[in-house]
Amino acid sequence: MNSGIAFRTIAVKEIHRFFRIWPQTLLPPAITTALYFLIFGKLIGGRIGSVGGASYIDYIVPGIILMSVISHSYSNVVSSFYSTKFQRHIEELLVAPVPNWVILGGYVTGGIVRGLAVGGVVALISLIFAPVSVHHAGICLSIVLLTATLFSLAGFINAVFAESFDDISIIPNFILTPLSYLGGVFFSVDMLSGHWQTIAMGNPILYMVNAFRYGMIGATDIDVALAFGITGGFVILLTLFSLYLLHKGVGIKN
Amino acid sequence: MNALSLRNLRKTYSNGFEALKGIDLDVEAGDFFALLGPNGAGKSTAIGIICSLVNASSGTVTVFGHDLRRERDKAKNCIGVVPQEINFNQFETVSSILLNQAGYYGVPRKLALQRSEKCLTQMELWDMRNTVSRRLSGGMKRRVMIARAMMHEPKLLILDEPTAGVDIEIRRSMWKLMREVNGQGTTIILTTHYLEEAESLCRNIAIIDQGRIVEHSDMKSLLARLNIDHFLLDLADPVAAAPVIEGVHIERASDRVLDVSVPKTFGLNQLFSRLSEQGIKVISLRNKSNRLEQLFLDLIDAKASGAAR
Ligand SMILES: Nc1ncnc2c1ncn2[C@@H]1O[C@H](COP(=O)(O)OP(=O)(O)OP(=O)(O)O)[C@@H](O)[C@H]1O
Ligand SMILES: [Mg+2]
Repeated sequence: MNSGIAFRTIAVKEIHRFFRIWPQTLLPPAITTALYFLIFGKLIGGRIGSVGGASYIDYIVPGIILMSVISHSYSNVVSSFYSTKFQRHIEELLVAPVPNWVILGGYVTGGIVRGLAVGGVVALISLIFAPVSVHHAGICLSIVLLTATLFSLAGFINAVFAESFDDISIIPNFILTPLSYLGGVFFSVDMLSGHWQTIAMGNPILYMVNAFRYGMIGATDIDVALAFGITGGFVILLTLFSLYLLHKGVGIKN
Repeated sequence: MNALSLRNLRKTYSNGFEALKGIDLDVEAGDFFALLGPNGAGKSTAIGIICSLVNASSGTVTVFGHDLRRERDKAKNCIGVVPQEINFNQFETVSSILLNQAGYYGVPRKLALQRSEKCLTQMELWDMRNTVSRRLSGGMKRRVMIARAMMHEPKLLILDEPTAGVDIEIRRSMWKLMREVNGQGTTIILTTHYLEEAESLCRNIAIIDQGRIVEHSDMKSLLARLNIDHFLLDLADPVAAAPVIEGVHIERASDRVLDVSVPKTFGLNQLFSRLSEQGIKVISLRNKSNRLEQLFLDLIDAKASGAAR
């Protein structure tokens, strides 16, 4: 059994899928983020002055890029794997001698590439509004990769448990989006007072956003090493949990 | 060697329904095997377990000597399945469905391309290779699933009602094809509700009802056990009532049609001479029902009335 071929087959299929429907997958984030940059960055940001030693637009660019990576990695895997289940072609994978880690790896790869593609598009758009600098490319790239992996895994788990199309939008709408907005994309935790600061620090997305911002502009509210620790830890945890779910056949086998 | 062995296979679904109540089954390598049974008998459940789509509650599945639990990949590589319901991605083209399938089995791209050409040609789908599959007719979709199942050249092909909803012409060409594939050494297990199909194609047979095997033998001896023939007789002149002949069951189906059940030992000669003694002239004779169908109904009925008692 050649798992490499199976892995490539799933990953390529997943990547084709979202590129083929790029007006639904790559265009909307370009438009939304262009509006963010215009309104928050240019129009409002002009009056805010500098945050963390950077102009407001420079400050929010990294967060907006990472926020797009998060939501698109997640939604790519959750919608693709759920529809694989819903249309029953998951059965093709279950019948074939494809190891579970290959199934997981294939779908997660699709989510990572989607996240990176959207992140790239958003970064390009941001160039129109602000000069993007890269303070530390290695940190940028590795935290984006880890974050995309983490949320692809989360999307996968959501899809495993989802039993209807409603179930695949609940978590993105009610958990992911609020956490992203509160994850220090638009503000520095220094701006918060007392216990609000403590609450904000309990949000894992805050660490990823800050680590990425550090990679781009050199400013951060938190310890970057801690951010890598937290993100990597979650990746390991969710990988093990996903493999366990596949092993048990939760949501996909009777 | 057995292509497939099931031992004490049980399945209770999560809602508590016991779909399989301990099934034993052996299918020899090279066989063309019919798995029959009424709706809801448990055929697809059994096939689901064999193909790793359903978790068995207990029991073992062995495919060409490979235990499905202990030698999962080896067992899986031997099996090709055509499920009862369409389960490919309807937004993909026919050829990408086949090529992806080959990829899942680790078949290198170049070989996969050759095989997809072969399978699609065999299934008369080559012209459709670039069509998005949801645009295909129902019969074409079934053939896509057969072609897909053959992409990794399985030694055991399991077909769950492949000819349901397929027109006569294509059904005949599918029969021919199945015979060919079987002739080349592939073991075939077929479920169908068209019993004449099973009768003409299959050498061995199992009948499953309410989660139990109620019959497991070869087609010939099974059919030989059926010792009553059913006919419809078309008469020259109308009759008012069914004639009475001892040893034969006769009903008047209409003015000029009699419905007769004749034991083989009685013989048609005797029947006709008795009828002409009573002044009844027979113009033609028709086989009332397929023999296997009759047997099937008898077995299921016996089972049902047994259960009622
Ligand atoms: N997921 C499920 N949950 C609960 N019960 C199920 C499930 N799937 C099937 N069953 C039940 O198990 C029994 C056997 O179903 P199965 O599909 O195996 O029958 P079958 O012999 O293939 O019938 P058919 O000829 O109609 O295809 C049926 O009573 C069915 O209602
Ligand atoms: Mg069935």
